[in-house]
Amino acid sequence: MEIKVLGPGCVRCRTMEKNVIDACAQLDVAADILHITDVKEFAKMGVMLTPAVIVDGKIISSGKVPTVDELKKTFSKMD
Amino acid sequence: MKERYKLLLIIVVFIASYYIPWDHVTMRKSGLEAFMMLQEYAREHVLTCLIPAFFIAGAISVFVSQAAVLKYFGSQAKKVLSYSVASISGTILAVCSCTVLPLFAGIYTRGAGIGPATAFLYSGPAINVLAITMTARILGWQLGLARAIGAILFAVITGLLMAFIFRKDEKDQGELYIPEGEEKGRTLTQDALYMLTMVLILIFAAFARPEEGTVGLWSRIFAVKWYITVSLLAVLALMLKWWFTKDERVMWVESTWDFMKKIVPLLAAGVLVAGFFLGRPGHSALIPEQYIQQLVGGNSLWANLFASVAGALMYFATLTEIPILQGLLGSGMGKGPALALLLAGPALSLPNMLVIGSVMGFKKTATFCGIIVVMSTIAGLIYGTFAG
Repeated sequence: MEIKVLGPGCVRCRTMEKNVIDACAQLDVAADILHITDVKEFAKMGVMLTPAVIVDGKIISSGKVPTVDELKKTFSKMD
Repeated sequence: MKERYKLLLIIVVFIASYYIPWDHVTMRKSGLEAFMMLQEYAREHVLTCLIPAFFIAGAISVFVSQAAVLKYFGSQAKKVLSYSVASISGTILAVCSCTVLPLFAGIYTRGAGIGPATAFLYSGPAINVLAITMTARILGWQLGLARAIGAILFAVITGLLMAFIFRKDEKDQGELYIPEGEEKGRTLTQDALYMLTMVLILIFAAFARPEEGTVGLWSRIFAVKWYITVSLLAVLALMLKWWFTKDERVMWVESTWDFMKKIVPLLAAGVLVAGFFLGRPGHSALIPEQYIQQLVGGNSLWANLFASVAGALMYFATLTEIPILQGLLGSGMGKGPALALLLAGPALSLPNMLVIGSVMGFKKTATFCGIIVVMSTIAGLIYGTFAG
């Protein structure tokens, strides 16, 4: 699984990255987690509201910070 | 921050502490002014104005559906709608600069194009609720109103000009992801009433004491303002109980707290700095008043131009432009240049220009900044002529 966290480096984005890492650790799944901070990249991926999470090329959340539990639910569905 | 910058910062602070003649009369007076200004803010503005405004900003960021606004920025959206939504949506979307740039990049490359994108980029930081209420409260309602109207007009004009100048611009192909609006348990009327109640609380709590001896509506309202405020608070409490779920209330308080954490330390620092260098109105501090009068006093073309260029280059953290302007106005800055600085300042800054430049290139960024500086200067001249 490849997970991209998109955010220009604000507090909410860092919380998001931490939640994603926690969710993966708790589910015990292996994933490449990238934190993308370049605003131009966001637009290329079609994201307007940050923080956003992209899993294997699919945008699963944008403009809010999902909790660890919500992320776990989404991730386990994708496997 | 890189390690060597930290070292550099420590060295600068050290040298300043070592050599500045702190016991000199002017330094003592400036130091005192800094804290007197901070106290003035604490006594006059924090409880009745800043805190209600934080709650309103928190409510907007949680309860107003951002997704609903985004669809007006898509590439298929009607142009008239795109421009009008872009020029006023700053109130809803752009409470923090870290949301402005991604949105701008999205609208510019894949959405409605350069016009609405630059309109949004300009209006975002300029017309958020916090900035307008604080401007009206501290610098006077005339300047607050002029700022709000100026910001909306400028946004549309800048957008249209940019779209016209760069009309041959090619756009990226591809779709924008627009998140689904979430189901809500409230009607639009309920949301509107709820916002209205909070705005009314802000207005009545911050209601200024009319001049001594005046009779009529204003003094009568002033006499009962706390009764009105308390009853409005009761209404608000009932709305919260009936219309909102527990999760929503928690989120509201959390995002309000988030704003406070982010903005209050910066604002306090801004007030101290403004007080130290400029002093409260009627009191002089470190920078002698005649310099300020020479540079930005009166309403000459030069004063307005200087104010808007300085504003465009300088970086103002959220709301800090207000104490700085208060100090400047008190030291003899003209009203026109003050408006010019307010219109050019928060929307532009050197760091901000670099990021915009990386998204749309040097030529467009320079044009964008040029348009704003020229228009701010003109608006300052016009406002200065009327306000004196």
